[in-house]
Order: sequence, then C-alpha cells, then structure tokens
Amino acid sequence: MDDLNKLVAQTAGRLFGAHMSHALSLEAEGGAFPRAFWDAAEEAGLTLAMVPEAAGGVGLDAEGWAALIRLAGAHAVPLPLAETMLANRLLVAGGLPPRPGILSIAAATGALRLICEGETWQLSGIAARVPFGRHAAGLVVVGEAAGESRVAYAPVSMGTVTPGANLAGEPRDNIALECALAAEDVAPSPHGPEDLEAMGAAVRAIALAGALDRVLELTVGYVGERVQFGRPLSKFQAVQQQVALLATQVAAAGGAAGLAAQAIAGQPDRILVAAAKIRTGEAAGIAAATAHQMHGAMGFSQEYALHPLTRRLWAWREEFGNEALWSRRLGADILRRDADALWPFIAAA
Amino acid sequence: MHRFDFPPAQLPEDAQALRAEVRAFLAETIAARTPLERAQSWVGFDADFSRKMGARGWIGMTWPARFGGQERSALHRYIVLEEMLAAGAPVAAHWIADRQSGPALMRYGSPAQQEAILPRIAAGECFFCIGMSEPGSGSDLAAARTRAEPVERGYRVNGTKLWTTYGHEAHYMILLARTTPGERHEGLSQFLVDMATPGITVRPILDISGAHHFNEVHFEDVFLPAESLLGQPGDGWAQVMGELAFERSGPERFLSSFTLLTELVRVLAEAPNTASEEAIGRLAAHLIVLRRLSTSVAGMLEAGEDPQLDAAVVKDLGAVFEQEIPEIARRLVACEPSLGASSSFLNVLAYTTLSAPSFSLRGGTREILRGIIARGLGLR
Repeated sequence: MDDLNKLVAQTAGRLFGAHMSHALSLEAEGGAFPRAFWDAAEEAGLTLAMVPEAAGGVGLDAEGWAALIRLAGAHAVPLPLAETMLANRLLVAGGLPPRPGILSIAAATGALRLICEGETWQLSGIAARVPFGRHAAGLVVVGEAAGESRVAYAPVSMGTVTPGANLAGEPRDNIALECALAAEDVAPSPHGPEDLEAMGAAVRAIALAGALDRVLELTVGYVGERVQFGRPLSKFQAVQQQVALLATQVAAAGGAAGLAAQAIAGQPDRILVAAAKIRTGEAAGIAAATAHQMHGAMGFSQEYALHPLTRRLWAWREEFGNEALWSRRLGADILRRDADALWPFIAAA
Repeated sequence: MHRFDFPPAQLPEDAQALRAEVRAFLAETIAARTPLERAQSWVGFDADFSRKMGARGWIGMTWPARFGGQERSALHRYIVLEEMLAAGAPVAAHWIADRQSGPALMRYGSPAQQEAILPRIAAGECFFCIGMSEPGSGSDLAAARTRAEPVERGYRVNGTKLWTTYGHEAHYMILLARTTPGERHEGLSQFLVDMATPGITVRPILDISGAHHFNEVHFEDVFLPAESLLGQPGDGWAQVMGELAFERSGPERFLSSFTLLTELVRVLAEAPNTASEEAIGRLAAHLIVLRRLSTSVAGMLEAGEDPQLDAAVVKDLGAVFEQEIPEIARRLVACEPSLGASSSFLNVLAYTTLSAPSFSLRGGTREILRGIIARGLGLR
C-alpha cells in the first residue's frame, strides 16, 4: 500500500506541477474550467482514489488519498477532486457503480428532499452551495428516506443552476431540482447526511493543511528574498518569531489533517472530525493573517500567488461546518458527561 | 522544506491494559488528593508516591533491565506519564531523573556511575535536580560562569546555580560548569554531583504563589572527585542540548492546566450554554490535536529519529494552550479566584493563574523555541 500511495502521490505531484500556474488560478476564478487539467487528473485515476480496487477504483488507503487532497490544497487546484472522490466513494458504498466525469455532492436535508413514493424516487428542492455544481455532470445525494439512509445519483442537467462562489472564487452553486430519479440510481447507503457532512469537513480540513503547507513555504521564501534595511527580512528577529508562529499553526493543522483522514477512513468518527476541522480552521485564520503581514503589500496584490491560498483558507474553514458549529457540538457532547469522564474521553479520541 | 506530517505513533498492543492498570493504581493511591493538590501535579513532591511508582516498574521503564528498567517502549512510558499528569499525581520527586538525568547518565555516564545510580532512580529512591541556569545565565546557557577548576584528583567548583527545582530534596544534581575559562560552548563540562558534598548550600527561592520549589545552590570550593565528571570534558554543551531535547514535546507540555479544565467542565456542566459549549469544544479539539502531535514525536524518538523542530513546535503550542485555559475559564464563570476559597474550581483557577507565566519559560522560553523553529525553517 505504501508503494501505491507513493506512486499515486508522485503522479499527482507531477500533474499538479505541470498544469497549475498563477495564471490558471486566475482564469479558473474568472469562470474558465481547466478541462485539460481535469481530463488528465481523471485519466490518472485521482477521482477514484477512495474507491476499492474490486469496485473499479484505485483503492488507496486513507493516508494515500489524504496525501492527494493535501497536495491539491497546496497547489490550490481549481478542480472538484475531493468532491468527486467522495461522490464515487458514496456511490460504491451503496452498491452503485462509480461514475466517470465531474461529480459533486449534496445532502438531502433542509431545502432539498429525497422522497420515496411507492416505487418511484424524487428529488425536490434546492441543493445549496454545491461545489462546482455548474461544471458537474452528476450530483450524488445522500439522504434519509423510507426509514433508511440512501444514496442517489442525479444528472445535474435535470436541475436549474444558479451560480455562486466562495471567498476564493470557487463555484458554489445552488441547483434547483424537481425530478424523478431512475430506480437503479437510488440505493440503501451505509452513510447518511451526517456522514456526508463529516466527510466533507474532513476533506476540507486536509485541504486546509495542504494550503497551509504552501503558505508557509511561500512565506519562508519571501522573507528570505525580500531585502529591507540592507538585509533579508528573515534576519530580523521580529520576523523570525512571526514565521515561527506561523509554522506552529501549520504544524498543528498538519497533525489535525492526519486525524481527519483517520476519522473518515471507515464509518466517520465525528469527534475526530470535529477536532480536525476546529483546529485547522483556527490555524487557517492565524496563518493567513501572519502570512499576509510577512508579505507586506506584495501579498495583497492580485499578481502574487499568496491570495489564491489565503482566500481558500478563509473559504474552506467555513465549509461543512466552521469552528463555531463543530466546537458547540463537541463541547455539548463533553458537557453532557461527568467532568471526571473528560480525560478518558480525550484519551480515547 | 520540512513538511509537518506527525504520522500516528504505533501504540503498543498492551496499551489499553497498561492504561487501565495505571488508572486503577491512581484511583487507589491518590484518591485523597484535592483538586488544588492535583493542579500542582508535576511540581508535587511525594517521595512515598515515587517509591510506589518505582515498585510498579513505572520509573525508567524504557531502560535496560540491568539498570533496573523494564525495557518497554517510549510509548508505554508516554501512557503512564499522561495518565499521571491528567490525574494530577505528585510526580515531582522522580520526574527529573526519569525524564532527563537518567537518560543522560545512560548516554554519557561511566559504568560505575550507571551501576551506582540508575537502579536507585528506577526504584523511586533517588531524586535529581538540574544544574543549568545561573543568575547571569538563563536562556543564554553558554554564558554559565560556575567554574570547575581542575585540581589534583578532581575539580574545585565555585559558583551559583539558580531556579533549581527541588534542589532542597534532590540527592544528586547534574551540574553544568566551565572547565576551561574564556570560551563559550567549548569550555563547558557536566558533573554528577552528590548534593551532600561539603561546600554546597541550598537556599529557597519562593515563587509568586509563595510556594517553595526553586532554590539557589551555592558552590564554595566544592571538591568533586575526577570520577564525578559526566561524559567528556568540554562536551558539556552538546550533552546539555541532548538533555534539553528530552524536556520538550512530552505530555507535561500541554497538561499543566488539565485539572483546571476538568474543574471548569464540572462548573459549566451545571448549566451549559452556547458560549461554554463552544469554548470547551475548542479546548478539547486543541487537546486532541496536541496529543496527536506529542505522541507522534514520541513515536519518532522511539524510531531513533531526531525530531528537534517538531518537538519545539509541540512545546510552543502546548504552552500557548496551557496558558490560555485560565484566561478562558475566568471569562466563562463570573467569579473571583482564591486559593482559600471553598470551591475547588476557584482554588484551582487561582493556582493555575499564578503558575501560568512559567509555562512558556521553563525548558526553553517561547522566544528561544521560536528561534529554534526559525532555524529549522532555514531562516537563521
């Protein structure tokens, strides 16, 4: 498994390196989908990273697919790779075949409902802020219906897309759906909407760690090159202390990303997901502020490569539940227990 | 560039059994300790408790059997340690010897030193203090001025060590002293010093809570026999740096305020609200992640790696976490902390508030650690 993980990570690293550029980042944000990049990523099998080999996938373990998501985060890859990975994982977990092409995910909760009427299945309502919804061929929906968790596949062409975006300019689109689903596109699922939320939060935590890796790298590089008062910024103690602080946050997020991968390797562990999303979210805020401070006005400009990363930090920390949401849940869980159960709870996490 | 991965440490198969054994021991042994006493955990000195730990084989547990050890892994030791600290057990008596003096003796000690001392440490009968800091030498350890002047059959020591925790209880000190005058790093050597040696005077230094852990240790024409040299003459600096590495990244670096967190949960659980849930959830998340980082570093050390950068990061993050707990607690509960209060929460809040400044000083200040991190990143 280690060899396969390494091989796929190397392939992905080369692929991301070859296709990504600051210009591509800006173009994607302007609305151009990097089709060639997507095709190459799909060709390399990245979209099937979470699907077992027996089901036609690549069958990486959690460490393997997490490395891909972290790397994609570091490169600010403007593709729904993690979403498509998760969508295929959910399809296969329900016994449905994985799908080629761009997929996205949505939970049938709140404004979107998965309805069973006799033999027929229907999706009704609005799937809100669907990642890359306008570009997706299909939407994988997880919901509770007829007394069970279900997974369903719906072609996006059956819905009406209203475009939106997150702070990083990544598509987050509303899709209005009033459609009947093919019977063979709905199946009982081991994962309900809560699991989808946990998986989404975990992959965002991992992507945050990746973006943070790169933010640290850019910052270390910049303060080493930028000369003021006759010496590089990196020679000023005040700057060293700030970059060290940044590194501690990046490190905490790196550890949290490992927990996130572990948390959703099987049935999601919501305690670990909470810990990972809370910690990476907090690291993101501190790191973005510190990195911008170290970059001065340069980091604030459109032409410099920091903002695609920092704006992703600010966007991803909110998605699939921010620190407020997950920490309230985790805190409520703890406060329901006896105080003396706190340590056993932490030690078992 | 260094990527912070912190891979999960492989926990030993008998981890759960060991944890259960330690919890049962603690439930029986320290049942009577009040929350205020528990809050003092790793500054709590109790020689009886240390002997009981020694009898269980929980001191020097990674050491070879011939030195009284159990030859268990660093992760076994980690489990015992974190259970002790989370429960607020009084570990101060054996703590320094178990963590750093014993390992230093194992690395640099002569066979005679090792045979004489290590089994007694493991039995919980022999306690150590650290002879590094001086009045003029804190973070700048290489500025140490205590002289160990070569004389016939040994050394004559003159000088003063400061902030010597439990110097008044310890049997031995590992002393850092200058054997060659004039130089900085090159002229330093380490010595194994019997604290009963004539010419040594220990004077108490009270801390800001009025408690006595620290001391000032004076050496006045103290004769040390040649065989008390630890390691090679002139290697003191390198040896001390190795010793300090044992001081970083362990669970003691983020559990110092854990008793307060427990008491805070007890108070908040009476009437939870959004603010308290959010604060407790956030602190729990930080703690879960810190444990991951810290156990990962323990795993790296066990695998023979030298994760200096990662260890410095864990200590810095841990100190920030420990220090913010009292500040968060006081914002969640309208109260006035007091050591004399009848409420355990208020006692512990008072004690932890007064202790907190030390968390980012001991074992390397925040600024020194961040300097180490900056160096690890290639900035200096």
